[in-house]
Amino acid sequence: MYDGKYIIPGLLVFLLLMVSPILFNMGNAGPVPKLEKPKGVTKCVESAQYMRTSHMKVLDDWRDEVLRDGNRAPIEVEGVKYDKSLMNACMKCHSEKKKFCDECHTYTSVKPYCWDCHYVPKETF
Amino acid sequence: MDIKRRQFLKIAGLSTIAGLGAPAAFNLLLKGESSPVSFASSGSGSEAAHEAAPTGVRLGMVIDQRVFDANRGLARKCINVCHTVHNVPDFGNPKDEIKWLFEVPYEKAFTTMSHYHRDEKLHKSSFLVLCNHCDNPPCVRACPTKATFKRKDGIVAMDYHRCIGCRFCMAACPYGMRSFNWRDPRPFIDRETYNKEFPTRMRGVVEKCNFCVERLAKGLQPACVEACGDTGAMVFGDLNDSHSEISKVLKENFTIQRKPSLGTLPSVFYII
Repeated sequence: MYDGKYIIPGLLVFLLLMVSPILFNMGNAGPVPKLEKPKGVTKCVESAQYMRTSHMKVLDDWRDEVLRDGNRAPIEVEGVKYDKSLMNACMKCHSEKKKFCDECHTYTSVKPYCWDCHYVPKETF
Repeated sequence: MDIKRRQFLKIAGLSTIAGLGAPAAFNLLLKGESSPVSFASSGSGSEAAHEAAPTGVRLGMVIDQRVFDANRGLARKCINVCHTVHNVPDFGNPKDEIKWLFEVPYEKAFTTMSHYHRDEKLHKSSFLVLCNHCDNPPCVRACPTKATFKRKDGIVAMDYHRCIGCRFCMAACPYGMRSFNWRDPRPFIDRETYNKEFPTRMRGVVEKCNFCVERLAKGLQPACVEACGDTGAMVFGDLNDSHSEISKVLKENFTIQRKPSLGTLPSVFYII
């Protein structure tokens, strides 16, 4: 190889530059989202862990049950009845979208379009 | 065994025909029936199809035009209530208009009726039209994503999450009761009257009357029916229940439907 003494160190420097952000952030997942939990309520319709991983599935199932099967029977948690509804149940407790929903959605870079149609307290209008 | 090419081809051909034909013939004989409503049939042939099988709940509506003619402001009131309850936007231009419940003249509402020597009264009337919630809804057949579907109680409902905005349903609906959101509807909804319990729609979905499913679930009457109060201008109920008020009204009055010859079996009736 001609000029190997320049090319190989040059490639190494280039490689180091390219992976430097990864090396720099190694073992660090960035600022963990801090959710504002609703006050005065301790229990959601499912466990916190389940809601963390599968709230989208819960919402999808609710939507199909309510719209298609006409099954609108509310879900009872500790004597409180919750409608199967994003607007009329979830957002009643988790009323601050910016401090709850957006925290994780921004962190994981997902952009759900729930609020194109569903009402968000304070923000829609 | 000695078999000639000619014989072999004959046997192979016959076995193929038998193999293909037998299951089809078997199925036909086993079922022993043909589909009750055919879209190809029209006119006198489809008259028998107008009586749907009376099983389960089938929600329907009777609109008494005599009351609306006597009380001119009532129709407008119904429309306003409906559009407020469902956050229907007002774009202020007829091209983009979203309509769930609206008024049209007789010749637009009942295109298949004879308009020759029509009486004077019908010239002045305008008729409230809405989704007919057909028992045989062509929009449901047309929808490629099952965004629009027929519920067990006969309501033709929409799931806006699934609508891809192809507008096949709009082409399929013979009544023109569906509207398309060409623009984002949110900025055109009145802030003052915004119903926070009901979602809006987004740009690129089709929408229409839903017979107020969300109100029926709470045990309420549809918003337009409620707006009519006890005038009897609109009667809502189960068409299959012979003791319901709507059945009584239908038994006692001569009613017409929109484009009955199409075989879509509308659930909205008009007393002229």
